[in-house]
Amino acid sequence: MKVAVVVQRYGPDINGGAELHARYIAEHLARHADVEVLTTCATDYVTWRNERPTGVETINGVPVRRFRVKRERDPDGFGRRSEHVFEERHSIRDELAWIDAEGPTSRSLIQFITRRAAEYDYFLFFSYRYYHAYHGARAAAPRAVLVPTAERDEAIGLAIFKPLFRGVRGVMYNSPEERAMIHAVSGNHEVPGIVVGVGSDVPNNPQSNRFRQKYNVRSPFAVYVGRIDQNKGCNELFEFFQGYLRDVSGKLSLILIGNSLLPIPPHPRIRHLGFVDDADKFDAMAAADVLIMPSYFESLSMVALEAWALSKAVLVNGKCDVLKGQCIRSNAGLFYEGYAEFAETLHAIEANRWLAAALGRNGRQFFRESYDWSVIERKYLDMFERLKTEAPKRTMEPLPGWLERRRRHVPAAKDVVANLPVGPAGGELRGDARRQA
Amino acid sequence: MADFNVRADSVNVEQIMEQIRARIREKRGVDYTEQQIRELAAVKLEKFLDPRSVRSDLLEYFRKTPPPPERPNYEFGEDTLFETHRGVVRWFRRLLQPILKLFFNPNPLIQALHIQSRLNTINAERESARHGIDQLYYELIHNLVLETTRAGIEIKNLKMRVESLASRVEFNERRARALESVVVYKSDEERQQRPAAPPAPIPIEGRATQPSAPSAPPSTAPTPPAVEGPGQRSRRRRRRRGRRGRGPAAVMNGENAARPDTPAASEPLSTEDLNTFTGAESHRSETPATPADADRDSDGDDESQ
Repeated sequence: MKVAVVVQRYGPDINGGAELHARYIAEHLARHADVEVLTTCATDYVTWRNERPTGVETINGVPVRRFRVKRERDPDGFGRRSEHVFEERHSIRDELAWIDAEGPTSRSLIQFITRRAAEYDYFLFFSYRYYHAYHGARAAAPRAVLVPTAERDEAIGLAIFKPLFRGVRGVMYNSPEERAMIHAVSGNHEVPGIVVGVGSDVPNNPQSNRFRQKYNVRSPFAVYVGRIDQNKGCNELFEFFQGYLRDVSGKLSLILIGNSLLPIPPHPRIRHLGFVDDADKFDAMAAADVLIMPSYFESLSMVALEAWALSKAVLVNGKCDVLKGQCIRSNAGLFYEGYAEFAETLHAIEANRWLAAALGRNGRQFFRESYDWSVIERKYLDMFERLKTEAPKRTMEPLPGWLERRRRHVPAAKDVVANLPVGPAGGELRGDARRQA
Repeated sequence: MADFNVRADSVNVEQIMEQIRARIREKRGVDYTEQQIRELAAVKLEKFLDPRSVRSDLLEYFRKTPPPPERPNYEFGEDTLFETHRGVVRWFRRLLQPILKLFFNPNPLIQALHIQSRLNTINAERESARHGIDQLYYELIHNLVLETTRAGIEIKNLKMRVESLASRVEFNERRARALESVVVYKSDEERQQRPAAPPAPIPIEGRATQPSAPSAPPSTAPTPPAVEGPGQRSRRRRRRRGRRGRGPAAVMNGENAARPDTPAASEPLSTEDLNTFTGAESHRSETPATPADADRDSDGDDESQ
């Protein structure tokens, strides 16, 4: 079986969520199938500038074929187009122009997929919202398996993606919430799909003391791992944590790990360590009392899964359906929807060791049952087997005609998203994962 | 945060969250979320939403409102009355101007209209400047309404907290008085009857200076004069600790507040905690003091000891 993993960027030094997800999947599927990665020469997701040479290289035993991006992204133009299609009534043509503006516009990659589709059994397209996934999946629809990594943002409300979700052979969802959202927006119930997610290579013996010595951390602390960005809810985290320091008689400090795009509040109990390697990251998580994930938009939080793998409790933003759903299904984390809940939940985890320990044990159990690599690999292989035996139920719908594409009858994407169902979904994992610690 | 019902090994996150929310409601009285605050602000601002943003929809709204229409104006000079595009007519008017001035003086009229024209121009400039200032006022009012709403909610919550704290302080005072009355004191007579007894305990708050201290019961009461019970010893130790550091009630509250795994200092102690403090746990023959006892004792019933 030959499988192509198609992703916008690829490399051992690229730590974006979907890109890392794609690399992990490619490397693990390579044990069971002939896997090749098709990607671009870009490494920067803002500009899509060509920074790697074209051609084939091998990364961790997986051949990677790179294609040039035709033009860099114009952030201003993309911003204007985004505002137009997200906020106003528009046409299909506007949405196609939006996806061209978003990029990475690598026509050579799409041409390669079109010409060589027959050589592969399946194409795994990561991140539905990018140019490569949209045009690539349309070019090789009978072999296309989509890993949407969809979040509840405006892009999911664009009309051009509905036929995409309905026309691919299979969909590998990250969470029941993501599946419910895509079902609601596109009505692709009959497309074979399964909630998979992704595993993580968590070390068996992280050294919490090593971290404490190396970074001179003595007090108990909560940790945030990831890009420190407004889009990740870090502004709110800073505000709430400063409130906790002011109002609650707690002893926790906040340790921030990751590159920062925001100013860090100058407080002795808020420390920013910057980007650290994986060993330090896992050591920090092992040493922490709790991991905080303040993001509003997540399709799957790998960091939360890693914390659970290390038997750590997590505290997440309850306004993110996926994170809240994960906490409820796993019984391994608390969630907040405002400052008062943040302070109380954080204090509850800090003050009740039995609670933190029980949440951590549940998390470890949840990780083992649902996100262990053997489980993930098996789900992918089962899906490929299923698609081999089942005939495709639908074909990819063609684009509307010249006039229809120009009709301004498509509603604003934000209005579409506003009408989608909210709240955590009761998926198949819910009953299985609720275990006694 | 020590009062979860779930004490077994299993946890139910939804149940815990319910308990946490119940605690928040109990603590704050009214549980306003950020969303609710926004809604409250929106009620006053009617349809102008997005109160967090300084560049809010309100401002956008006022920006979208068209600027005041440009009012008609004119320029008026000395020759305006006699101007025409026809050269011949102009020549005749200029020729006959002295004759016209024989009938009336047009100069005040010209001057008045000239001043009016200038006033119109100044007014128009001022109005356009004011349009910009108005936008700043709207933004200011918008933010003021928001902050007032927020402050109102905060005041309400603080009032409730003050009430709650006042009742707790009152309770603690009553409890402290009750606990002080629980302590057994020995009168001078009893001490003299016990030659082998250890040195007398250090009196608290000058009670030992009063010869008729209410601690000593009449001699008809069967008291164990020579042998101390373990409860008495522990009480004495507690009294000494209390005198070395703070008052007994302060010690009790302070210790509880300092221990992270114990209930918060502001929460009333349970009967179990009270037993531990009074030494009844180690001397079970004594009746444990309860908050109800405290109420009774505070009414002056010190003879119970």
